[in-house]
Formats: sequence, C-alpha cells, structure tokens
Amino acid sequence: MTDRPPVLVLDGITKRFGPLVANDCIELTLAPGEIVALLGENGAGKTTLMNILFGHYTADAGRVRVADGAGGLSDLEPGSPGAALAAGIGMVHQHFTLAENLTGLENIVLGTEPVLRVWGGRAEARAKAARLMRESGLEVDLDARIDQLTVGERQRVEILKALYRDVRVLVLDEPTAVLTPQEAEGLFAVLRLLAAKGLAVVFISHKLGEVLAVSHRIAVLRAGRKVGELETAKADRRAIADLMVGREVAASRRSPLEPGAPVLELDGVDVAGKDARRSLHGASLLVRAREIVGIAGVSGNGQAALAALIAGLAAPDGGRMRLNGRPVARHDSRAFVEAGVARVPEDRHHDGVVGAMSVAENVAIEDIRAKGFQHWGFIDFAAIRSRAEAAIRDYDVRCPGPDAPARLLSGGNIQKLILARVLERDPRLILANQPTRGLDVGAQAEVHRRLLAARERGAGVVLISEDLDELFALSDRIVVIHAGRLAEAGPPEALDRGTVGLMMAGHGREDAA
Amino acid sequence: MIRLEARQSVPGWLRLAATAGAGVAALVLVAIPIAAAGVGVLDAYALMAKGAFGSVFAASETLTRATPLILTGLAAAVAFRAKLWNIGGEGQLYAGALAAVAVGSGAISAPAAVMVPMVLVAGALAGALLMIGPALMKLRFGADEVVTTLLLNFVVLLFVQMMLEGPMKDPMGLGWPQSMPVTDEASLPRLMARTRLHAGLIIGLVLAVAVAILMRRTVWGFEIRAVGENAAAARYAGVPVTATMVRVALISGALAGLAGVGEVAGLKGYLTSDLSPGFGYAGIVVAMLAGLSPLGVIAAAIFIAGVFVGADSMSRATGVSNYLADLVVATSLLCVLVGGFLTRFRIRLGRG
Repeated sequence: MTDRPPVLVLDGITKRFGPLVANDCIELTLAPGEIVALLGENGAGKTTLMNILFGHYTADAGRVRVADGAGGLSDLEPGSPGAALAAGIGMVHQHFTLAENLTGLENIVLGTEPVLRVWGGRAEARAKAARLMRESGLEVDLDARIDQLTVGERQRVEILKALYRDVRVLVLDEPTAVLTPQEAEGLFAVLRLLAAKGLAVVFISHKLGEVLAVSHRIAVLRAGRKVGELETAKADRRAIADLMVGREVAASRRSPLEPGAPVLELDGVDVAGKDARRSLHGASLLVRAREIVGIAGVSGNGQAALAALIAGLAAPDGGRMRLNGRPVARHDSRAFVEAGVARVPEDRHHDGVVGAMSVAENVAIEDIRAKGFQHWGFIDFAAIRSRAEAAIRDYDVRCPGPDAPARLLSGGNIQKLILARVLERDPRLILANQPTRGLDVGAQAEVHRRLLAARERGAGVVLISEDLDELFALSDRIVVIHAGRLAEAGPPEALDRGTVGLMMAGHGREDAA
Repeated sequence: MIRLEARQSVPGWLRLAATAGAGVAALVLVAIPIAAAGVGVLDAYALMAKGAFGSVFAASETLTRATPLILTGLAAAVAFRAKLWNIGGEGQLYAGALAAVAVGSGAISAPAAVMVPMVLVAGALAGALLMIGPALMKLRFGADEVVTTLLLNFVVLLFVQMMLEGPMKDPMGLGWPQSMPVTDEASLPRLMARTRLHAGLIIGLVLAVAVAILMRRTVWGFEIRAVGENAAAARYAGVPVTATMVRVALISGALAGLAGVGEVAGLKGYLTSDLSPGFGYAGIVVAMLAGLSPLGVIAAAIFIAGVFVGADSMSRATGVSNYLADLVVATSLLCVLVGGFLTRFRIRLGRG
C-alpha cells in the first residue's frame, strides 16, 4: 500500500511556542487508501502538527506538500485553511465546528455555495450528500437541526461535510473521545470503507487499543518529536506504549485487603432529577474502608445523580444516606469535605479548577477557610504556597510554578493537582468520577496508583467509570448502574465482561450470568 | 492576510502599555471632530489639560469630581469581579444620598463625631439594601441582574422625586423640589480652604486600598474571585457561592451608596433630583478602564473627572461643545476594550 505515490508529505515540520518546541522536524508521508494513526500522549504535538497541515498555524520550518494533478508534489500555501481545503485536506476537530441552529444538510453545504445563491441548487446538494451517505455508510437525518442530533450523529455530519468537499486526506482529531464503544466501532467500519475507496486518513489518538484496531501504520509522537513509525500488523502493544510514554508503564496491582467499617451507606435512596439521566430509584450501596467499589454503566444511566449525591451537591429525595456510620446532616460540599470525603469531579476543567486562579490557590480552595491557611480572614500565602510546592513535588504536577494560572496545565496535570488537593487530607471516602477519561497512559497509571494507595491507607473508594478495563483492574466489587438503579455484580474475579455488559443493558444478575 | 493567535499569558508591562496606548489612541480619534469644529487640536487639548490640572483650583475641581467616580467605580469593579453585573450604581447613589439627608438634615442632633459616621453608615446601608432584591432574585429565580438593577435606577429616582415633592421637601426652599440642608454636624469636612474638596475623597482612597486588600489577601476576596472566574468549580470545592454573591452585592451597593453620601453631605449640602449627572453609569466606565483593579479605579476616576472638568473649561474658551467630554470617555472605553483584546491575542501578518 505504501508503494503508491504519496498524496501528502510533511517535510521537516518544526513549530515553537516560546521556549516550547511543539513539533521538532517531523516527517510524515501518506498514501491514498491508507489509515495512519498519529499516536502520542497529551501534549506530544499531535494536534499542533495537524493544525499546521490545515493552515491554522504556520510552521517555523519545514513544508507541507500535496499531490497535484500532474502526478508530482507541490507546496501547500502555509497558514491558509482555504488552501488546505482546496488541496483536498479535510479536518474533523475534536470540538465540532457545526452551526447548531442549522440542519445537517445546511451545515454540509455551508461555505461551498456562493453567498448570493443560498437557496438554489439544494436538490443537487441533497443528491450528492445522499450519495455520500450511501457510499460511506454514514447514516444521518439531513433535515434534523444539529442541536437535535446525538454527539455521534454530529460527528457523522462533520465527516460528511469533509467528504462533500471531495477531500483526499481526512484528518480526525481524537474522534472517539466523545463516542460510546458501539459508536466507535461504527466509525472504524466507515473509515475502513472510505480508505478502501482511496481516501487517505490521519487518525489522531492516544488510545492504543483503537489505534491498533483501525490503522495500517502508526506514527508515535513524544514531546514534539516522532519517536517511531511502524506497520500496525507488526506492532507490539507493549512496545508502542513504552515508546509513547518514553518509560516502562507499570501495570497497577491490587493487593488483597480485608475491608473495614462502612464509610458510605445508601439505603433505598431516590433522587428525582430533571430527567432520567439525573435520577436514582431505590439505590442501595455499601462502601467500606479499604475497598474500591466500581460503578459500571453506560453513560447517562444515573451516574451524574449518584456522583452529585456522594459529592454533597444533591440531597436524597427519599431513602437514607449515612457517612462514616452517621446520618448526613447537611448536604453541601463543605460539610462533605469536612466529613472526609474526597471528590474528584467528572469534568475536571469545568468543576475541578478555577482556570484563572493560580495552582496554589486551586490546591488550597477546599481548605481556604481552615485554620492554618487563614488568620482572621486574611489568607496565609506562605502556607498555601508551601502546600502547593509539596503537592507539585509529591504528585509530579508539571507546571511553571505554584503561581502559574491553572488553565496553563494539561488535563493530566490538572487531574494530579485535584488528586493532590483531595488526597492530602487523608480522606475516609473517595469519589472518583471518570478519573482517567481523556488522560494519557502515563497519567492514567499515576491516577490508578494513587487510588490504590489511598485504599491501602484505609479509604473507601467509589470509582465511577465507563472504562471496563479500569473497573476490572481496580475494583474489589463491581456494581452496575442502569436506569437509575444499582445492582451488585460482585468481585471482578468472579465476573466476565459479558455478564457486566448484559447487566449494563438492564438484565438482572441471574439472567445475565 | 491578518490572523490572530491567542497568547498563553499576558505580561504586566503589556497590559499597562495597552491602557496607555488606548488613552493616546482615544485622544487621536477625538482630534478628528475637534478639527472639524474648526479649532486647533493641540490648543484644544492644551486648554483641556490646563482646565483639569493647570492650577491648584483646577486640580481640586477634578479631584472633587473624581470622588464619587472612585466610589461608583469601586462598586462596579467589586461586583464585576464576581460576574455580578451591577448596573444600578446610579440608583444606589441616590438611595445613599436620600438616607444621608433623612438622617443628617436635623432629624437627629448629635455632635459631628457621631453624626458623620451615622450619615455614612446610613448611606452605605441604603445602597446595600437596594442590592438585596436583585441579588436574591438572581440567586433564587435566575433573574438577570442587569435588568433588575438597571430598572431600579428609575424606580429610585422617581421615589427620590416623590420624596422631594412631598414629605422631605424643604419648607424654606422657595418651592424648589429639594431636601432640607444637611446640618453642619452631619457634613463631611472640607479638605482645603477655597476649594470644594471634601473628606469623601479620603474615604474613596481609603476604601480603594481596602478593597484591593480585600480582593487580594482575604478569604472573602479569594471566594469572590473563585466565584467570578468559575462558579461551578467554586461550588464543587465548597465555596459558599450564594453567600459570596450576596456579600458582593451588599459591598457593591454600599460603595455606590457612599458616593451619594459624599455628594450631599460633602459637596451640595442638600438633595435634588439632579444630584448626579450619571456618576453611577460613569462608574462602570471607570471600572472597565481600570481593568477592575481597585487601585486602578483611582487613576481611571481622576482621568475621567479630568476630561469632564477640562472639557468644560475648554468649551468656555473655544466654543466647542463640552459634549466632547462624553466623546473622549466613550472613545477611551472602546480603545481600552480593543487594547485588552490586543493584549490577549497576537496579530500575525501572514505571508500571501
């Protein structure tokens, strides 16, 4: 496949942001019909490289060359998305670029028609879009407004939008980050089909499994450099992971421990949320010291309600809730923090940190009213600074320093900051809601290590995750959530994924087993 | 081709340079209508500068005018930091003035050491009370405080007019709708002979420093910043968001109320319904020019006061309308907003 003449050549691409070298002399060649995975941790330079290709950034050195009609290669005008589009390069961004108040079809044709002829030629456009849907298998309702579509459907519209422009190279930036496993499988099938028809695909990801499943060739980036390139068929999972992280990734091990006293008890708890996603019905759950209880479930089955309850953000509408063996008096964040609950929020950017405030202030935010951090209402900056320095050191938070705004940190480092904040208090109960979502392999291992260490120190952990690998590796017991109801599945050693999968789809323990 | 790239962080010198550059740009832009009016641009600006700062008296007039602007500017700056859009400074100013007159025009008689603090507290309380409604409606029902505080301005002004035509009308006022004069004991002391400078300026300066310390060094300030920058994360981390919002609302209202006290008890001596030529609204401009920095508010208030006082004097000398002052203020606000944008983004002139 690689002996075909290339459609795209990246030649010595270098890009600096101040002292940071985001891309260091990167070479990449792409042939028609080929799916190349660009694999790397967060911050390795994948997205920067693709933004240069698409003209959002201008490279400091190097050039992008695309096949021209004559069978040769010609330079692509740098810094111009228009030129990239004209050369047949399409990009599906991680955060979609669709107009939510327009229909799928309108989004697809948007920008391809002359301004003065918006209403003409609609039938032609519809026919072309319909043909593309048939050929690619990307089924979507063209007349539905974008804001009525699911995330997976929106992504299909984005891909159709690129195909409509007759792209020869399709770049997908972390396309599966927002998809369910089933939707991801569907996407892979579409990509294979499109590649078979001659489209060249660049697939950006940090997830090894899906890269191995879908790509023909893998280019690994680390710290802005290409550190390896290999045929997927000959690739070894372990070797790629080490290449990507640059060090050996230690697998997390859970040692057997005898659970202690109950730290969280839910007894027939109801939460009447605004919709089914935010409701619980007769939920019962027991979490004891020194155990990790994994909550498995398809997204949107009441995890949000359960997490809000354990974080102290919501109160039960019925049933009983006990923390550390005592009924809960006040359902608010501060009371829960003071009762020894460590809360790791699902959306770490939105709920976890105040981006404009410093790393030190974010580390101290839960304790800012505690003695030692303030005297008579005046903040003891030396104290919060030294706490932050300890957190940066002990939790390996990579940042310019304790005074740097938290928004400069990468997702993995924000998560480390949050762990430093909540685990340093020696919590009795830990709520970890999707603690590794969107993190690279190295940061994931670090989060797992921290949770296991907290368990050994005597904390009970509620681990809500959509990643079954994570749940099976860490949990002492797995509980399945479906439609707001909790069902005990048991210890992972006595379970297989099929059983858990069926329970996640709403089958009982007995008929699933 | 012109492209914009977001900067990772904005250095402090750049922010200062942008503000200064914005001031210069505003003066250059306003030079166009001045020239169109047939007056020498440099002469006009020289006259303005002289009128604002050219003599001790001119400077004292500028500082007198800056006094309420410092307080309403602080009111806006504190509230905007918490993303509480208090547009009601004007109404809170009048409420403060009304309360000062109610307490200070003879209803209570006590020595100055008691009366002055009492008048100040009454005005601050009145301004703060006026913010309770909008704050609670925002927190309870999600009512937009821009609308509620803005509309309250008109309610308060009508209420003031009603009081001045009715129960609080000065029987010795020859029929004019004005309040009884503030007694000598309740008046703020003058700072300098033969000027109108009064102790309100000192109060403004002290409060600017106090607010700066509050925002930077205290738990309350920490919580205000956290709520303003990311209310969701603040709530998650246990910051009392509701209490913080109410606190900010009260502080903001009180500051604007004190501006009203200064105007009646320090400057005019009695209340009329044209006490403020829009000091409450101008406070918003002051806060924006200052980049919401409490100490910056002092400089911004003096700048804007200088423009108004200088424009009056220039207008008398050249015949150019003193509406020019509004033009300078509005243009500088626009320039500062553009300047702020330019500090956050880098302009790249692309090839091709």
